[in-house]
Amino acid sequence: MTRLSSAFPSDRAALVAFVTGGDPSPADTATILDALVEGGADIIELGMPFTDPMADGPSIQEANIRSLGAGTKTADIFAIAQAFRERHPDTPLVLMGYANPMTIRGADWFAEQCKAAGVDGVICVDIPTEEDDSLGPALRAQDIATIRLATPTTDDARLPAVLDNATGFLYYVSVAGITGQQQAAQDSIAAAVAKLKAQTDLPVAVGFGVRTPEQAADIARVADGVVVGSAIVEIVGEHGKAAGPHVRDYVKSLSDAIRSAR
Amino acid sequence: MNETSPNSFRNQPDDRGHFGEFGGRYVAETLMPLILDLETHYRAAQQDPAFAEEFDDLLEHYVGRPSPLYYAERLTEDVRKDAPDGKGAQIWFKRDELNHTGAHKINNCIGQILLAKRMGKTRIIAETGAGQHGVATATVCARFGFPCTIFMGATDIERQKPNIFRMKLLGAEVVPVTSGSATLKDAMNEALRHWVAHVHDTFYIIGTAAGPHPYPELVRDFQSVIGKEARAQMLDRTGKLPDLLVAAIGGGSNAIGLFHPFLDDRDVKMLGVEAAGRGLDKEHAASLAGGGPGILHGNKTYLLQDEDGQIDEAHSISAGLDYPGIGPEHSWLKESGRVDYDSATDREALDAFQLLCRTEGIIPALEPSHAIAAVTREAMKMERDQIILANLCGRGDKDIFTVAEALGTEM
Ligand SMILES: Cc1ncc(COP(=O)(O)O)c(C=O)c1O
Repeated sequence: MTRLSSAFPSDRAALVAFVTGGDPSPADTATILDALVEGGADIIELGMPFTDPMADGPSIQEANIRSLGAGTKTADIFAIAQAFRERHPDTPLVLMGYANPMTIRGADWFAEQCKAAGVDGVICVDIPTEEDDSLGPALRAQDIATIRLATPTTDDARLPAVLDNATGFLYYVSVAGITGQQQAAQDSIAAAVAKLKAQTDLPVAVGFGVRTPEQAADIARVADGVVVGSAIVEIVGEHGKAAGPHVRDYVKSLSDAIRSAR
Repeated sequence: MNETSPNSFRNQPDDRGHFGEFGGRYVAETLMPLILDLETHYRAAQQDPAFAEEFDDLLEHYVGRPSPLYYAERLTEDVRKDAPDGKGAQIWFKRDELNHTGAHKINNCIGQILLAKRMGKTRIIAETGAGQHGVATATVCARFGFPCTIFMGATDIERQKPNIFRMKLLGAEVVPVTSGSATLKDAMNEALRHWVAHVHDTFYIIGTAAGPHPYPELVRDFQSVIGKEARAQMLDRTGKLPDLLVAAIGGGSNAIGLFHPFLDDRDVKMLGVEAAGRGLDKEHAASLAGGGPGILHGNKTYLLQDEDGQIDEAHSISAGLDYPGIGPEHSWLKESGRVDYDSATDREALDAFQLLCRTEGIIPALEPSHAIAAVTREAMKMERDQIILANLCGRGDKDIFTVAEALGTEM
């Protein structure tokens, strides 16, 4: 059992919570990550800031700018991850970000850093399966999960390629769009998840545009995981270094809804 | 036309869109099926004589091709005045500034709008830096009746005002982009974000030979009309091939369009000229000279970036060159040694701009002014019977405000 595979309980959906690392500053991220865990998040997605977050909407773009503006370096992200691992030995931590910061020093370097910091998986937004060899093999060699994204545009013909070498869980991006915009209709989510689950044994987590406990509960009824990002990042944006308790309360409202959904 | 052999420089990219280690398809999964679909349609179009026929017809009767090949006699004389004895190569220009809309950008837009039509897409988006690609895109959209949205950095909107009005006259919506440095790279980010949310009906006309495969290849192919014409015209006029080709490089489309048809002519040297801005040790836009390999905007290529892979802001007086990356084929041509790359500063480009105005009665765009600066340097070192062919890829009407300001002149 890896930390990731045991993070999806059989009787309810897991809550996957995203924040941008180093937002509002590298020193303040630990408190916010702890608030995610206290609020009931099962899996933490730690965003690696990037100057050009092409798949992100305004909320996460601004978080990237705040983080980089506070001087966050890649070394800070690994330090944040490692300290988290020491405080929370059992909570899976996944790095999410863009190809360039992940590959600039070589895929092997990145994979070794992930291993040393106790990172469980990596989601790289702009490395599709076609370019897997620029990062995937190095990560899998270190037993780091390569978490793939499936989207509404991933058709049946393409899905096997996406699932090939996918590990950890499958992240279903429920809308064709950028982060933080509208949510997909519940019917389409249920249908998409059913289709994906027919093709893979991996847990399927659904995200993009989830904001309210009601939405989270709806998804929790049909999927193995619910991913929430922009809504948390906005709380960090509003409250800055004092965001901890606000984040915890909000995450708890999601977690409670998910726990009573089924 | 010359054959492509296994040793050819003209048979890139491979079937995954890689030029050596560069290029590729580094896009979000949402876009991936679309990129594959684009490739399928492009391959079909390449096999379809009707596609080539329509493209050629529009280039001839709408764009005004072939563009002239022009011997710049007074510029050549001017260089010879200061050159060592016997030195001072002949300077020739491929006059793509005479195209409809004033730059080479329209060649590519014609090709891509025909692809959009083939694919049944109903709306067009594009990014623009100088506004030349925006104007060219708005133009073909008007010509073919497509709604058109252009993303443009707020900083660039400020310095390229005439082109904003042109785009609006042509019926395009211009969306100011304020994120990041509010220039070309941010406009491209925003266009990609918009595209991801409108994949089903929207075609993205990328303006340079960069982005995810197959864009670098298809933009190159559409722009190669420049080099094909120039090669035939030069043989016709002088009976020989040029000794040196020179072109300015933003993303690299006018340069690859000129170079590509000559790549297997081993005696033809080539020089791509990046924007050195305030100097290579200061703020500049020369990703080959001052950057390293990385991944941005769908492809692996040379980028201006820090040690963590964060993208640096570029600077050039020319909005069209103000981009921290370069098309992947140029990264490969640099590493393979087939093409040389150099740079010219804002100051050198301004001087070359004025020199061409006065010696030839041609007001060039600031982008090719960088190439002209390099041409005058190179011509001094070359023999009088040698030939330099430079791509005069845009006219300077759009830049007169910027130049006036840089020269401290009231208009
Ligand atoms: C006249 C002109 N030349 C050159 C460029 C740079 O692009 P590329 O390097 O793709 O030719 C631009 C871009 O806007 C332009 O307007």
